Amino acid sequence: MNTRKLRDLIGTKTLLLITLFVSSLFFLIFILLLSRSLLVLESHSIIEVLFSSIWNPDAGQFGLAAIIVDTILVTGFALLIAIPISLLSAIYIVEYAPRRLRKTIRPFIDVLAGVPSVVYGLCAFLFLAPFVQNVIAPFFGAQSTGLCIFSAAIILSIMVFPIIISLCIESFDAIPLSLKEASLSVGATKWETVKKVVFRASAPSIIAAILLGFGRAFGETIAVNMVIGGTIRLPSSLFNPGETLASLIASKYGELMSIPLHESALMLVALILFIVVFLFYILGFLTLRRAKKRWKY
Amino acid sequence: MNRRTLEERLFKILMVGSVCIVIGSLVVIFGLVVINGASSLSIEMITQTPRPSVPGDPPGGGILNAIVGSLLLALPATGFASLIGIGIALFLQNDFLHPRYSDIIRFMLDVLWGIPSIIYGIFCLMIMISIGMSSSILVGMIALTLLEIPIITRSMDEAIKMVPKGLKEGAYSLGSTKIETAFRVIRRQAFPGILAGILLGLGRGIGDAASILFTAGFSNRLPTSLFDSTATLPTMIYNLYSTPLGQSKAFAAAFILLMIVLIVSVLSRLLTRRFKKHIIK
Amino acid sequence: MENYQIETKNLNVQIQKNSILKNINIKIPAKQLTAVIGPSGCGKTTLLKSFNRLLEIQDEVNISGQILVDGENILDRKASEIPDIRKKMGLISQKPYPLPMSIFENVAYGLRIHHNKNAKELAEAVQYCLEEVGLWNEVKNRLHDPASRLSVGQQQRLCLARAIAVQPEVLLCDEPTSALDPIAAQQIEKLLLKLKKEYTVILVTHTLRQAKRVADYVIFLYFGMVIEQGTADEFFNNPKNPETKAYLSGEIS
Repeated sequence: MNTRKLRDLIGTKTLLLITLFVSSLFFLIFILLLSRSLLVLESHSIIEVLFSSIWNPDAGQFGLAAIIVDTILVTGFALLIAIPISLLSAIYIVEYAPRRLRKTIRPFIDVLAGVPSVVYGLCAFLFLAPFVQNVIAPFFGAQSTGLCIFSAAIILSIMVFPIIISLCIESFDAIPLSLKEASLSVGATKWETVKKVVFRASAPSIIAAILLGFGRAFGETIAVNMVIGGTIRLPSSLFNPGETLASLIASKYGELMSIPLHESALMLVALILFIVVFLFYILGFLTLRRAKKRWKY
Repeated sequence: MNRRTLEERLFKILMVGSVCIVIGSLVVIFGLVVINGASSLSIEMITQTPRPSVPGDPPGGGILNAIVGSLLLALPATGFASLIGIGIALFLQNDFLHPRYSDIIRFMLDVLWGIPSIIYGIFCLMIMISIGMSSSILVGMIALTLLEIPIITRSMDEAIKMVPKGLKEGAYSLGSTKIETAFRVIRRQAFPGILAGILLGLGRGIGDAASILFTAGFSNRLPTSLFDSTATLPTMIYNLYSTPLGQSKAFAAAFILLMIVLIVSVLSRLLTRRFKKHIIK
Repeated sequence: MENYQIETKNLNVQIQKNSILKNINIKIPAKQLTAVIGPSGCGKTTLLKSFNRLLEIQDEVNISGQILVDGENILDRKASEIPDIRKKMGLISQKPYPLPMSIFENVAYGLRIHHNKNAKELAEAVQYCLEEVGLWNEVKNRLHDPASRLSVGQQQRLCLARAIAVQPEVLLCDEPTSALDPIAAQQIEKLLLKLKKEYTVILVTHTLRQAKRVADYVIFLYFGMVIEQGTADEFFNNPKNPETKAYLSGEIS
């Protein structure tokens, strides 16, 4: 009896310790990144770093504006493509597709969510980029090597599909049949029901899905790095090469240990990545909680 | 009336179009990897390490070092992450912790899940440098473990949340302690979900390149100790994709990765289904 | 002779290859309250949902036979006409399911879909419907609160208001009081008695006493078959079928 109680005590405390350790990881990462990026912030004001577009480590210039613009373009464009397509696909799969299709499509989407980003990158580099170079860019009257913001956004949107779709399918599936019946029985069409009831009732989950998709697109390093071209200049079109925050780190990691100031600047980039993802999660968390309180079903 | 049916039709067309785009792009990617991968796969490819190229002679050999490296990194990392994950997941249940605190921890784990894997890479690299180590299997393993912990923990947590309250109450009313209930009853009931979580973590870990790019380094030889740097399948692809001569190796690696992901996914589905039989609904 | 609003001829329903309704031939009188009774799982809800073709949103449903509403077979109608069929029949479910929007929008939901009303007309129509169900005084100061904040009884009345807002002819009520507390249940019952003057009410219930209290006409379903149907008076006082007798005396339930 006593040993059981002792075991219970020890077990509980061990679990507490592990939990505390992992939770503190969150702060550890933040503090480490912050302390490492202080060096560059001592000699450069944050305004200068964020709004100058000149990135020239050898001359001690670390302007991130071009990279930030590229990141916004790539992420925004990817989500602009991925969100409507994913939502429409998910609603089709749940509400309209024949049963057999619905059952086969879901494991398929799960597998796709698990395909490593480097595989997407490989395909994008070898097939999407030439296609953009030879077909899409000329179609818009632009010249491009194919390694550009546009290609990165396209491959990112493909990577985001399975994430948004599978989460949306889950939440659409969870909507009680009776709620849909309530709408249908006043004479709404199926689409009206989807538009006004299904989308609204699952709004919190849709938001969560989009935020996760954002996180994936925003932080994707390898696949973007493989197709974006790696040029740090303010882009004038989507067919220009660029560099995103995450891909910059991967491109420059070889030089990480050479110049302290350069290393510190890259740490600052990592810190920005971390903070933005964190802010978006907070935002998502708050909207989710609010929406859940407001629209229960 | 007419406008309403028209709107429905229009959106139905859009929906079908979207599904076609999604399935189409995914089929294309799968097709490309399978076709190119299968054609470059050979016995040599999976049983030999890369041969350094002699000028005028295409580089030969295989990607054995990457296969071994991937397994050496991902399997132990998944093991550690699962051990830690199950502990935390059980601890997050209301029996141990006030829901307010467990929700905060859940939120932190979600953020940790969401932050780009490159940050884990940087984090471990910084620590590695400051304690005077160099890129090695050990550091890469730690990076992957950290990356997998939030994934595995949260999946397990969600699975354990589904355990009916009555089952727990039943165990307590028989006089079990919290730890006994957690490890004997809940773990067993949530087993399929726990397994699915572990497999999810394994899939993510084995395919991630960004976190091990700096921490595991790269080597053309088979590692002999924990402190050797090693190639992995993803970093092999990343190093070779742009060189025309390396592309067959890159595709072979991509093919193997894809197969691993596929097997993991099918396995998790089968196991979940099999173990669901013993679950009390 | 009486005026029948709904009539079924040889209605058969199979769901996932299980026969749920077998050869249903019933007549439902207009502007009266018809109670469909029977033990749970005997197909009452299925019967109800076949009247406004709601069954078909589920998988693997087979329906054969005829359902005549005002003399027309609704099973013949094209898919695009189904919303009109449903508009004619309001549905009140077992548990109230307010739509995820405000109280006002819940009632206005059907109106917005079917009629082009300006803001003032809409507000008037909503007020009228809420008054009809006796909810107006309780919610008039918080019309724009989420409907989910109402009590369950209020939610059920809101669902009634939502249903009558589109001016249906028939109200299909699927055990509308089973999830409610006794007082709220009584309110709903009274409402149904009031509403049957204007609407044909079909009430699915598994409490005999409720059927006795409110029904004008009774249909007894047992294992997917109609055992007996007739006016309430005849059904309760002079049942013909031995199974009905057994059910009424509580021997089977």
